[in-house]
Amino acid sequence: MASSKRFQDRAGRAINRDSFIEEWPETGLILFHSPHDPTPQIRVENGRIVELDGAPEAGFDLLDRFIARYAIDCAVAEEAMAMDSAAIARMLTDIHVPRREVVRVCAGLTPAKIMDVASRLNVVEMMMALQKMRARRTPSNQAHVTNRKENPALLAADAAEAVQRGFAELETTVGVSRYAPFNALAILIGSQTGRGTALTQCAVEESLGLRLAFLGLTTYAETLSVYGTEQAFRDGDDSPWSKAFLASAYASRGIKVRFTSGTGSEALMGHAEGHSMIYLETRCLMAVKGAGSQGVQNGSISCIALPESLPGGVRGVLAENLIAAMLDLEVASGNDAMASHSEIRKTAKLMLQFLPGADFIFSGYSSMPREDNLFGGGNFDAGDLDDYNILQRDMQVDGGLRPVREPEILAVRRRAACAVQAVFREFGLPPVSDGEVEAAVIARSSADLPDRDVVADLEAAGEFLNRGRNGLDVIRALARNGFEDIAAKILAIQKLRVAGDHLQTSAMVLPGPRVLSAINDPNDYQGPGTGYRLSPERWREIASVPQAADPRTIGAAAAAAPLLEEAGEARAGLDPREIVIAVGPAFGGTLDATLLGLPHRDVLEALIAGIEEEGLKARVVRICATSDCGFIGHAGAQLSGSGISIGIQSKGTTVIHRRDLEPLDNLELFPQAPNLTLESYRVIGRNAAKYARREPVLPVPVQIDNMARLKYIVKTTILHLRETEQVTPGKPPQEVQIIAADERE
Amino acid sequence: MKEDRYPLAEKQPHRLKTPSGLAFDQITLEAVLAGSITMADLRVTPEALELQAEIARAAGRTQLAENLGRAAELARVPEDLILRIYNALRPGRATRAELERLAAQLEKDYQAPRCARLIREAAEAI
Repeated sequence: MASSKRFQDRAGRAINRDSFIEEWPETGLILFHSPHDPTPQIRVENGRIVELDGAPEAGFDLLDRFIARYAIDCAVAEEAMAMDSAAIARMLTDIHVPRREVVRVCAGLTPAKIMDVASRLNVVEMMMALQKMRARRTPSNQAHVTNRKENPALLAADAAEAVQRGFAELETTVGVSRYAPFNALAILIGSQTGRGTALTQCAVEESLGLRLAFLGLTTYAETLSVYGTEQAFRDGDDSPWSKAFLASAYASRGIKVRFTSGTGSEALMGHAEGHSMIYLETRCLMAVKGAGSQGVQNGSISCIALPESLPGGVRGVLAENLIAAMLDLEVASGNDAMASHSEIRKTAKLMLQFLPGADFIFSGYSSMPREDNLFGGGNFDAGDLDDYNILQRDMQVDGGLRPVREPEILAVRRRAACAVQAVFREFGLPPVSDGEVEAAVIARSSADLPDRDVVADLEAAGEFLNRGRNGLDVIRALARNGFEDIAAKILAIQKLRVAGDHLQTSAMVLPGPRVLSAINDPNDYQGPGTGYRLSPERWREIASVPQAADPRTIGAAAAAAPLLEEAGEARAGLDPREIVIAVGPAFGGTLDATLLGLPHRDVLEALIAGIEEEGLKARVVRICATSDCGFIGHAGAQLSGSGISIGIQSKGTTVIHRRDLEPLDNLELFPQAPNLTLESYRVIGRNAAKYARREPVLPVPVQIDNMARLKYIVKTTILHLRETEQVTPGKPPQEVQIIAADERE
Repeated sequence: MKEDRYPLAEKQPHRLKTPSGLAFDQITLEAVLAGSITMADLRVTPEALELQAEIARAAGRTQLAENLGRAAELARVPEDLILRIYNALRPGRATRAELERLAAQLEKDYQAPRCARLIREAAEAI
């Protein structure tokens, strides 16, 4: 069989490095409706659930028992379960049904029923539903902050930058778990440097995580993982009850808690028991709700490539985010692990959470380059931040971030790195050198930092933990070393724990610190004009990216002294050896160079040289009444003794015209000025002369550059505007003289 | 329904105290530097947690309210005991009898009936 070169080309594309498989329901490799999933059903007796999705109480597994006991509202269960799934699905997208009514109904549904409801929606409907159902009105975002060298100065600098960019939560983790107290310390300090504030966490083993939180080194916890089958739960070394107790333990010390789940984990662990991913994820989410967690991070998380290998996988991942919102849980919607080799696919996947908005769109945007990410890599990373900010601006969507300028970033990075250096010195920890601070300020990644003495660090970190160094020690150390501002902000964050306001659903912390949650910022979306809308201030912030130039300054630099001098009304030429070069109204006057910056003098000289090489003469006239290239050329041709003209706009677009042609017809048109060089203009001159001599002419070869329009359309528009401003309606063409270069000096 | 008590730190700071009895606005950087505040002061009190539980319940979040109610009980329980109970609840760590003893201890020593009930229900599910 012959092999197609286009197939070969596509085979090498990034998308074909992703894995794709067909469904295999027996192992759980299917998104919705495995043949082994139960049929939705419930029976309530005396306020107690005695049958759940076809299983009698005696046959309940651990999760059934937990869900039946804690997660379903018996008061509405029979009413809700009697409703048609399609009717509930329509409530999700119906703007006339308020969120709280949908929440009330969903509270009475079983896992199989919820999956059935979600499966009735297409992705656009799911996005509409997520926009309405997420608990907090204002969307926000979370960052990952880690690095391979576990360098504290770099962690603090990256944390400070992330907060400056608008991230409301920061999550770190460790390569070596004994580094945990230092990493938690570094991002705590960084998170309170600069304009904003953020809650911080360190993802480690549960007991260690609890200790760090008790010490005030972290302010929230997220990695309380739950699974959709009993065996997977056991492999995770927890039960729903131990997780519920853990949630209360964190809350008892004023620590915000969010659980973690996601499609694919049970199949990956070999314990899907033939159930579909969304059915199992719904069981997870109901366990989360039953345990009393205010929210969850889901959206497949580190397993993302597994659902994505299956048909409908990306839709399924959106469905799990939506189901969490239907259960009235805060949703931190994933996007925290590499979802594809393909940039197109990664971005397309992101849009499903980015456009409707989530409580936290990423449950970990990689705020540093991917190679420093000790989690799953992040679907987007530091290198994609400009893209992300432009996506916000393009879609007029609040993705939680703000465009920043380099000087403000360098300043907060330096401040945070210096603060960590001071705290390490104060505590007698292995020193952070000035060289590390300097490198951390400008680093791209940890490869730019010197290596630390890992053995000494680990020993000191263990000692730090054993001595019970805590948040207050950090505050004192900062204040004693000239960092009162950071100390005061860390204290303010610690004070949150006394009030507990951030324990409510979907809490985030704004500068102040002020807590915003589903209590004081409930999502009230009910169609256009309701729910979250960008305020004028926030829209200005998103729109004002540093790359955006002021269009008034483009091409506005004062032109050099004029190139052309008008010498009265142009007459019709009689010499058949004459070619008229007709220039636009601003040419050699208010504008003095083409789009590419070729000086008008050089362009004109090249055209004249080409004409003269063929033994003909050039006459230059200025067209005053139009700025259109075709009409300029046409007007020139009426004046030309040979009937041939070259029309040229100030931006460099050129046409070869002939007296008898319609204005917008031509002999040759060169619409893409960026592709024209001085040599092109010389050949245009020669061709015009050949047309006058009625010789056969080979059209001027021009490069094809499909990006030219993309690159130059803004400048083209503005230069053309400036030329059009010089148009004098009714003014006849003018004879012009070229002012010699030396006369201008 | 509008929740006008929340955020407590803004709307009702007078109802907030530290476990040692300091008023919310007495938690200042000066007091920290003077050494008159300890980490134990930067803890939520059972009373504040009960208030938050009420707010959650009023918003229809029964399970979150239950959790915050359990947290209010645990606010009085020392950290090492909390860690011990958590570990006992993990799979295969403790027998029903051991869990029952922990539940009884919570009830008797810390007036924590809601936590005790959770532990007993966990024991039943073993």
